[in-house]
Amino acid sequence: MTDQPRTLVEKVWDRHVVRSTEGEPDLLYIDLHLIHEVTSPQAFDGLRLTGRGVRRPDLTVATEDHNVPTADIDKPIADPISRKQVETLRANTEEFGIVNFPMGDPGQGIVHVMAPEQGRTLPGMTVVCGDSHTATHGAFGAIAFGIGTSEVEHVLATQTLPQSRPKTLAINVEGTLREGATAKDIILAVLGVLGTSGGMGYIAEYRGSAIEALSMEGRMTVCNMSIELGAKAGLIAPDETTFEYLRGREHAPAGELWDAAVADWKTLYTDEGATFDSEITLDASKIEPHVSWGTNPGQVVPVSGRVPDPAAMDDPAERTAAERALAYMDLEPGQAMTDVKVDTVFIGSCTNSRIEDLRAAAEVIRSSGSGVAEGVRTFVVPGSFAVKTQAESEGLDEVFTGAGFDWREPGCSMCLAMNPDKLSPGERSASTSNRNFEGRQGRGGRTHLVSPAVAAASALAGHFATPEDL
Amino acid sequence: MEPVQIISGTAVPLDRSDVDTDQIIPSDWLKRVERTGFEAGLFGEWRDDRDFVLNKQEHAGANILIAGPQFGTGSSREHAVWALHQYGFRAVISPRFGDIFRNNATKNGLVPVQLSAAGGRTLMDAVLNDPTLEIVIDVELRTVEAQAIDFLESFPLEDSIQHRFLNGLDDIALTLQHADDIGEYEAHRPDWVKELEIQHNAR
Ligand code: SF4
Repeated sequence: MTDQPRTLVEKVWDRHVVRSTEGEPDLLYIDLHLIHEVTSPQAFDGLRLTGRGVRRPDLTVATEDHNVPTADIDKPIADPISRKQVETLRANTEEFGIVNFPMGDPGQGIVHVMAPEQGRTLPGMTVVCGDSHTATHGAFGAIAFGIGTSEVEHVLATQTLPQSRPKTLAINVEGTLREGATAKDIILAVLGVLGTSGGMGYIAEYRGSAIEALSMEGRMTVCNMSIELGAKAGLIAPDETTFEYLRGREHAPAGELWDAAVADWKTLYTDEGATFDSEITLDASKIEPHVSWGTNPGQVVPVSGRVPDPAAMDDPAERTAAERALAYMDLEPGQAMTDVKVDTVFIGSCTNSRIEDLRAAAEVIRSSGSGVAEGVRTFVVPGSFAVKTQAESEGLDEVFTGAGFDWREPGCSMCLAMNPDKLSPGERSASTSNRNFEGRQGRGGRTHLVSPAVAAASALAGHFATPEDL
Repeated sequence: MEPVQIISGTAVPLDRSDVDTDQIIPSDWLKRVERTGFEAGLFGEWRDDRDFVLNKQEHAGANILIAGPQFGTGSSREHAVWALHQYGFRAVISPRFGDIFRNNATKNGLVPVQLSAAGGRTLMDAVLNDPTLEIVIDVELRTVEAQAIDFLESFPLEDSIQHRFLNGLDDIALTLQHADDIGEYEAHRPDWVKELEIQHNAR
């Protein structure tokens, strides 16, 4: 008997169905539940109110990331409300027997950075977290998606979630990336094509030779921004690159288990002849370094490009949104992006704060030999303690500080500005994070999304620039 | 949550697309560990503007929010739903919702009403024209009606979600009825997965 060809998404989905009934969503088993201080307190309260326990504390892992300061972490958190939230996480994880990585701990970091680097995220898993960038873990061939606090409570109590099977979308990126273009530029280019709603209702599978050529760090960057497409999740089939990354990591299988696991993981690919509900293809050789100009991540142009003219847009809704965005961003149609000055540069966030990202930024600084431009404020925030330690052992911190960059402690930092790292009203940033929403990095702040290389080059130039422009 | 069947009342017209959850409730509000009191933070960055639609006298007491497409995209923060619900909204109408927002809404008795792009536009214009326009949302029939302008459109709502709305059911209690199935599933995981869990728990 031959099985029907299935996509990767279908294979991973099918192996997690606890219960399937006509007219109801499937009940999906969750292999890994990541929690942090911001979206979990009300869920634990819910458990206490109903007298329910945590079904699988051993499959639940907590870290402190959203709120934590990136300086003076040996002192108590100055903001009393942030401090209370972090203390609440500590008390809740203690009460329910869940491992937590507190601020300053060697295992601490942004949830989507620390879990993969500890070898907790594995191919074929289902991973959830009360955070929309959970899709990051899809880089390993896992179905990983963000959930709300009620769902966090649901997973804590049952280790499952009722979920309707989403449609599948293939995003093929074929060919070789040109010099200077990175994984971040791939996903920004995809956003430029699909917009912020092109992925709604889908789980995306990124495929093609340009995706296969990416490192795990690069794959995580791509999958991370699946939510910006509106997709529920995004994933990439595991291959030798994945296995090499995982081999020897603390929580990955070892010895005989490793062989059994790899044999299993090798079955995780989209079968020949399987069909997707939708499909797009991009030519990697045409992808230039990108920058966003607006207030949603679909509003992007190449760094060599110009601010678009809303008057030239056919769709009235798109035109109105663009006009609003340009007013908020204080940009003129037709302005060259390289003429736009930056006030602040942020290198960090779960999109681009891994070791490879820091190496790329440091390389730009090293080869230019110059320092941060006059008046530009900078934040280099490693994604985790492990990244920070690794970077310091490679001397990257000295490259940054030597050029005048501010080297910080790990956390989400200026990605969402819940801690003291914020933009002031009207301040303009080049950010390696994932959201350029109004006020995201501080009230009235103006965010432009870029890759680590473009962020570093822009810090040195004082305006948007690619390393080639220096 | 409380059962929800019929929502009737007037609507606040938020005529913008891509209203993400960062706009619905800014991140400063996410530091709180409580589950109530979020209404004060609703649309925090826009509320200071006296001309912001929520501040207009003619919309006082409205219990429906009608917005442009891509409402509630972005961050997973359920605080966005709590803020809308605690402010007094019982339904949000939009041609398209962010996935996680829509899920969160259904767990808190806030009905996500997804209309066609044309239907959403028609109703938005009608509300902009007449803030007193009476709108009726029927969860059982899955319809939105504004009799005064002869508007009637149905909206999608999965059977299981509709059932929870109509009966005010707790999702977790429903799943716990299948605790045996979950145990059964756990017992039949691949050997290497079970082994890995045992090793992990032994540490
Ligand atoms: S870095 Fe930003 S996007 Fe990532 S988890 Fe933290 S706040 Fe969310």
